[in-house]
Amino acid sequence: MRKEIWIGLVAALIIAGILSPFASPNPDGLEKVAETKGFIDKGEGKEVVRAPIPDYVMPGLASEGVATAFAGITGTVVTFVAAYGIGRLVQRRKAADSKG
Amino acid sequence: MHIPDGFLDPKTWIGCSAITVAMLSAAVRRTKEKLAEKQVPLMGVMAAFIFAAQMINFPIIGGTSGHLVGGVLAAVLFGPFSASIIMTVILLIQCFLFNDGGVTALGANILNMGIIAPFLGYAVYNALRGVGNVIASFFAAWVSVVAAAAACALELAVSGTSPLGVALPAMLFWHLFIGVGEGVITAAVVGYLERVKSDLLTEIVKV
Repeated sequence: MRKEIWIGLVAALIIAGILSPFASPNPDGLEKVAETKGFIDKGEGKEVVRAPIPDYVMPGLASEGVATAFAGITGTVVTFVAAYGIGRLVQRRKAADSKG
Repeated sequence: MHIPDGFLDPKTWIGCSAITVAMLSAAVRRTKEKLAEKQVPLMGVMAAFIFAAQMINFPIIGGTSGHLVGGVLAAVLFGPFSASIIMTVILLIQCFLFNDGGVTALGANILNMGIIAPFLGYAVYNALRGVGNVIASFFAAWVSVVAAAAACALELAVSGTSPLGVALPAMLFWHLFIGVGEGVITAAVVGYLERVKSDLLTEIVKV
């Protein structure tokens, strides 16, 4: 299954780092409904935390395409590490439980 | 379909969060019992792939777009309990790193996209497996998006944000189309894995 790991990671990085700037900028289904049914303003300025990379645009980069690509690569790597780490954590607890 | 802060009232987001926490603790218990060590890196890859794919909004009709949710893709490959954990990791990162989905709406977003989508989708997939993996995953993925959209509309209605008679048909309408995209992408990945005779379809312990 090593092959799948590499193919999957490379595919994810290509999608996030190369294709993401070309994604459709149109509102998604929920945003569209919020716009047409008049409740989009309920979400304006209500953010509880300030995210470091808001809306998948890496701050401090002049080109929005490049900023999106960097945000995508960052998110892909962080997601891989986080999911891998949580998987390992669950595994280790299992090993510890069976010993005790 | 990520609900932002401000769309849900406290009783709704607290209620959704409570259901989500209960379901996730069950998922962690189940996964802990059965998860095989060698597939842990693959769960990381699946999460990374779904995160990346979620960034790619595809245009549908009427100036609207949609993107993959991925709950059924994860459920078909890893089982629904593992899928809910994979989806939760993605939704947490989207929320806290990218402001995609509100912090107060996190429980509801995990419920819709990380629990309802993979579990219902997986049930549909299992019911249809007789007709082949690819067709079964297409319909399962389509159903998962439509169901998640309906759940979202219900949460908006309970919050008093938009009446059910308005929110439900509107959410269903757009997600009937977005669900086709979900189905095509999910079926394409499953079809590819089937064609290359990947171990992913046979050797993974589905939890």
